[in-house]
Amino acid sequence: MAYQRVAIVGAGITKFVRRAQETGKELAFQAAKMALDSCGLTMKDIECVSLGTAPDAFDGVHMKGEYLADGSGGWRKPYMRHFVGGGTGVFAPIHGWFHVASGMFDTCLVVCSEKMSSCHPHPQGAFKTIFDHTTEQPLNPTLIWIFALEMNRYMQTYGITKEEIALVSVKNKKNAMDHPSAQLPMEITVEDVLNSEVLAWPVNRLDISPASDGAAAIVLASEHVAKRITDKPVWIDGVGWNLDTAYWATRDLAYPRYVEKAARMAYEMAGIKEPQKEIEIAEPYDPFDYKELHHMEGLLLADRGKAVEMLLDGKTQRDGDRPMCPSGGALGVGNPIAATGLMKVIEIFLQLRGEAGKRQVPGNPRCGLAQAWGDLMQVGTVVVLRR
Amino acid sequence: MELERFELGATHYKESDLKEGKLLSLPWTPNLKYAWDNGVAIGRYLAELKEGRIIARKCNKCRRIMLPPRMFCEMCWRPTDEWVYVKDTGRVNTYSVCYVNWDASRIKKGEKPHLPAVIEIDGASPGMGILHLLGEVEPEDIKIGMWVRAVWKKPEEREGAITDILYFKPVRR
Repeated sequence: MAYQRVAIVGAGITKFVRRAQETGKELAFQAAKMALDSCGLTMKDIECVSLGTAPDAFDGVHMKGEYLADGSGGWRKPYMRHFVGGGTGVFAPIHGWFHVASGMFDTCLVVCSEKMSSCHPHPQGAFKTIFDHTTEQPLNPTLIWIFALEMNRYMQTYGITKEEIALVSVKNKKNAMDHPSAQLPMEITVEDVLNSEVLAWPVNRLDISPASDGAAAIVLASEHVAKRITDKPVWIDGVGWNLDTAYWATRDLAYPRYVEKAARMAYEMAGIKEPQKEIEIAEPYDPFDYKELHHMEGLLLADRGKAVEMLLDGKTQRDGDRPMCPSGGALGVGNPIAATGLMKVIEIFLQLRGEAGKRQVPGNPRCGLAQAWGDLMQVGTVVVLRR
Repeated sequence: MELERFELGATHYKESDLKEGKLLSLPWTPNLKYAWDNGVAIGRYLAELKEGRIIARKCNKCRRIMLPPRMFCEMCWRPTDEWVYVKDTGRVNTYSVCYVNWDASRIKKGEKPHLPAVIEIDGASPGMGILHLLGEVEPEDIKIGMWVRAVWKKPEEREGAITDILYFKPVRR
């Protein structure tokens, strides 16, 4: 296929907090400004803007893409908003990639902004309408149900315990202690997770990422432009996304086939034949601790039911053979839905450049992956990055 | 560009700051009403629930008997062919014991937890589960794979809704 090669050349991020005084557009502006500053560009150098933000119901603002356009730098520019629930944070850079790869543009600013705190008493209530209005909502579902149901099925299918899964939360929240944006950095034990409030068994409070406000941004450039901006471009070598049916209760809940299909699409494009060998570092989406393991399997980074062995062997620790969520993930850094996925892309960008500071993994990785997931447990979005 | 070298945005505030008026905000409670049409497939599904029956739709190409019923097969991407009655029994595919309400508030002391489950209905194709609730069972006695049967509202109380089934309760096989 003939398309321009696309690099990430700059990045910006705000702190992730439970409630931000700033509005969504002010957060978008802070992250976008930092992304431009980081690579010495100004808004004049940006040819188009790709925005990601999750449900309008969080903000109570209809057409949130239009509302956020000016803070994101989209004013009087070709501008598009993208939304696939929690998968948005990796979907928006994929769309930014289209804009540049197609040859239409040489630069694109990708911004993901989320403000969940406007929704009271809790943004979880805004998720009620993702369930089918006639066959499911009358049962009064909460978002946690689908995670609890999926986690239970996953545990039962492979004989995995809550104690084992809690180790993901322990690892990611500890990793977050070295992330300057982190909302929930903490050193906890497996017992702390098991003793935390039971919300929807098997899900306890410390198995879940928090509600957050925050924004993230990256700058994309075509090959010939990227080389003028930086001597350390990080290339988007593969993109993939895939959507499964909304009849979620009819699916195999133990295995995210749509994530596998998204990953295979990205791997084929990047020429990756053996993901377990070639993907050296990854940021699988971890809104709940079991999801990191579930997604590692969907991404083919672990055999089915075997991700837990890599976790128990310490391979997924930051200094392990295959670091997973070295940033601290959604569990530790926080989960402002759309911004989380882009935070993960930024972490791989920094790790491949050797600029992750205290979070830097050893071994000078050359190839990494970021993934997000969302909608009604049905979308997988994947990017493969190389330096 | 190490993140540590930048002044990161976003200024945190506490929930109490709002309540104490330290920060100003404008509250709004939308009061819209929606009426969702049931459509062809779910319309029949609900009408049958009112009669105490569960109905599915069959695709003659992939031969799947689908629940909830649908007028098109998303796999074969063609119209479905027949209505098929299925049983009101099935097996628990997965379940949860939930202490949280839909808006994240906690259930009251002494209130029983919600028991959502995915139930694979007998007579539908394997794996065809629906979301519903379990009842007449202690949380610790629930097992994945256990057989259950629908407990219906009294005929005169049914209104053509998924809640015409109160819950599913365990049965011996």
